[in-house]
Amino acid sequence: MSLSHYLVLAAILFTIGAVGVLVRRNAIVVFMCVELMLNAVNLTLITFARSTGTVDGQIIALFVMVVAAAEVVVGLAIIMSIYRTRRSASIDDANLLKY
Amino acid sequence: MSETLPADGLLGWSWLLIALPLAGAAVLLLGGRRTDRWGHLLGTATVGAAFLLALLCTVQLAGQDGTPADVELFTFIATGELDVTAGLLFDPLSAVFVLLITGVGSLIHVYSIGYMAHDPGRRRFFAYLNLFVAAMLLLVLGNSFVALYVGWEGVGLASYLLIAFWYTRPGAATAAKKAFIMNRVGDVGLALAIFIMFAQLGTTSYAGVFGSVGTLAGGTITAIGLLLLLGACGKSGQFPLQAWLPDAMEGPTPVSALIHAATMVTAGVYLIARSAPIYDLTPTARAVVLAVGALTLLIGAIAGCAYDDIKKVLAYSTVSQIGYMFLAVGLGPAGYVAGLAHLLTHGFFKAGLFLGAGSVMHAMDDQVDMRRFGGLWNKLPVTFATFGLGYLALIGFPFLSGYYTKDAIIEAAFDRADVWGWLLGGVAILGAGLTAFYMTRLMLMTFFGRRRWTEGQHPHEAPAVMTVPMILLALGSIGAGFVLVVATPLADWLEPVFGPPEEAAHAIPPVVVAAIVTGVAAIGVLAAWLFVGRREVPVTAPVRVSPVTRAARHALYADAVNESLFMRPGQWLTRALVWVDNRGVDGAVNGLAAGLGGSSSRLGRAQTGFVRTYALGMLGGAVVVAGALLAVTAG
Repeated sequence: MSLSHYLVLAAILFTIGAVGVLVRRNAIVVFMCVELMLNAVNLTLITFARSTGTVDGQIIALFVMVVAAAEVVVGLAIIMSIYRTRRSASIDDANLLKY
Repeated sequence: MSETLPADGLLGWSWLLIALPLAGAAVLLLGGRRTDRWGHLLGTATVGAAFLLALLCTVQLAGQDGTPADVELFTFIATGELDVTAGLLFDPLSAVFVLLITGVGSLIHVYSIGYMAHDPGRRRFFAYLNLFVAAMLLLVLGNSFVALYVGWEGVGLASYLLIAFWYTRPGAATAAKKAFIMNRVGDVGLALAIFIMFAQLGTTSYAGVFGSVGTLAGGTITAIGLLLLLGACGKSGQFPLQAWLPDAMEGPTPVSALIHAATMVTAGVYLIARSAPIYDLTPTARAVVLAVGALTLLIGAIAGCAYDDIKKVLAYSTVSQIGYMFLAVGLGPAGYVAGLAHLLTHGFFKAGLFLGAGSVMHAMDDQVDMRRFGGLWNKLPVTFATFGLGYLALIGFPFLSGYYTKDAIIEAAFDRADVWGWLLGGVAILGAGLTAFYMTRLMLMTFFGRRRWTEGQHPHEAPAVMTVPMILLALGSIGAGFVLVVATPLADWLEPVFGPPEEAAHAIPPVVVAAIVTGVAAIGVLAAWLFVGRREVPVTAPVRVSPVTRAARHALYADAVNESLFMRPGQWLTRALVWVDNRGVDGAVNGLAAGLGGSSSRLGRAQTGFVRTYALGMLGGAVVVAGALLAVTAG
């Protein structure tokens, strides 16, 4: 399998994630799509790390995972809290912060 | 100017002359109603004390042969380039003025005790009068143009306050504003003259300016002279700024007597006489002084012939007489003493005439229309006698005050011995004839003829507190001219200021001049008798009159000219400026603010609150950045 296969797969995953973020309303799904995009980026990083034989990309991927874990904690807590007060997990309902 | 002596003895205390009335004004103004009962007495006492002190100072000055005394007080303004020390100069010229101001001032204060007895604002009146006396004394005693200017503005303020003393009357309030504004026009001239002195000479003290004025270019000296003249014209009611003085008669009559006849309005004459060393160097400015004086004396005399308001006739008479003084000081060294002598005698008889007019008004329930007087001579015997003496002095009846001083001016005009001298002398003689006419008309309409009083008027003589000052001023009207011209000549007294009097080569013998002037005055008296005394005086002014009379009734349209030349264009200018300010300046600022506010609220609409919209924006932005990077690296 050549380098481009990995990159195309990462691109497809990223696109699925991005489209999911833009078109879905459920906060949990949007959240999972964001995770998908992060992991697509991780895949790209590790691909390039393997192809160049350095560890920089792998280290950054580890960092991304750590940050993603922290983000999951905070993000899910926010979604829970919004759901408890508004009885809805739709992100279009949480639109009070505007002009 | 000759050398000065440091002031010692009483002259060192001459600052008390100013401080006494000023303290009186302060006590009366700050003390409030508590001083109502004795305020008028305090006000009179301070001026009386100042008069006594002035007498003693003058005696000491005479003892040192009139050598001026310089009194250093304190540093008024001290900056790097510019030091102004406040100081007083007590010299023969200021001594003459101080005696006039405090002397006539004391008499008028005494008179006011009676005149204002029933006025609820009497304390305020005396406070303002004291303030005026203090400012006027500072004006004549200051040793620099800046000190003079402070006094100059002080008398302007006092004049404003006193004209508007009965401020609930719209006429008085308007007249006060008119006087104040027209005085500002003149004051600007005086201020500019002082600025030029600062800029060119670096000093404003009399000694410094007169010592170094000769080093300036001729044009600069002429500019200073003309600007000083503008200031003098404003304060003295001379053409073209004469229109405020007759309106100033809205104030109480003692004010008219003290400020608008005897003292303040002669400040212009003082200024020009004091600035003699400047005018000596600029024949142009001096010629303008002459022209202003000659023109004003005619304007005042012509307008005086047509008015029916007794105080306005006297006011125009004042305008005209000050015209004589300007004419005299415009003649140069030959005329200074004549002008100042006329100023002093005029101070006596015109103050006396105004006090007499006040007494008549007092008797006639504040009536001022002469067509409503008549036959008052046996009801008001003291007023009639004192007023009559003032009248005779003013028209130049032989051997009374005006005869000596006015003739001296006319002689000095003829002594120029050129065509201008003849012209000016002719104008002055014509003015003397007109003076005789309008004053005789006033006498006839007020004291003689049928009684044309309003129903229910019972004229009565004024109390002694009013008649005594009138009698004293009448004595001055009789004797002042003889004393000042013949007995103890003013020329000798003023020698340290103006130099020794020169024996002029008379173009016409003085006896002939005196005969001509007296003859013309007699013609004026006769004409007045023919036109007014012989006939019945109608109670309402005739409507169908000649154009000359109509013009004179409107004071030769001075107000109309001022209104159309200055007031209307001024209003247009202010309206245009307001429009430009509202639409242009404010428009630009407000437009910018409104534009920013509007566009920011439009931009704010982009914040919809939908997270997915933001996400699309971020994605689009990232794509654009990535595309741009690719394009750059690929290219």
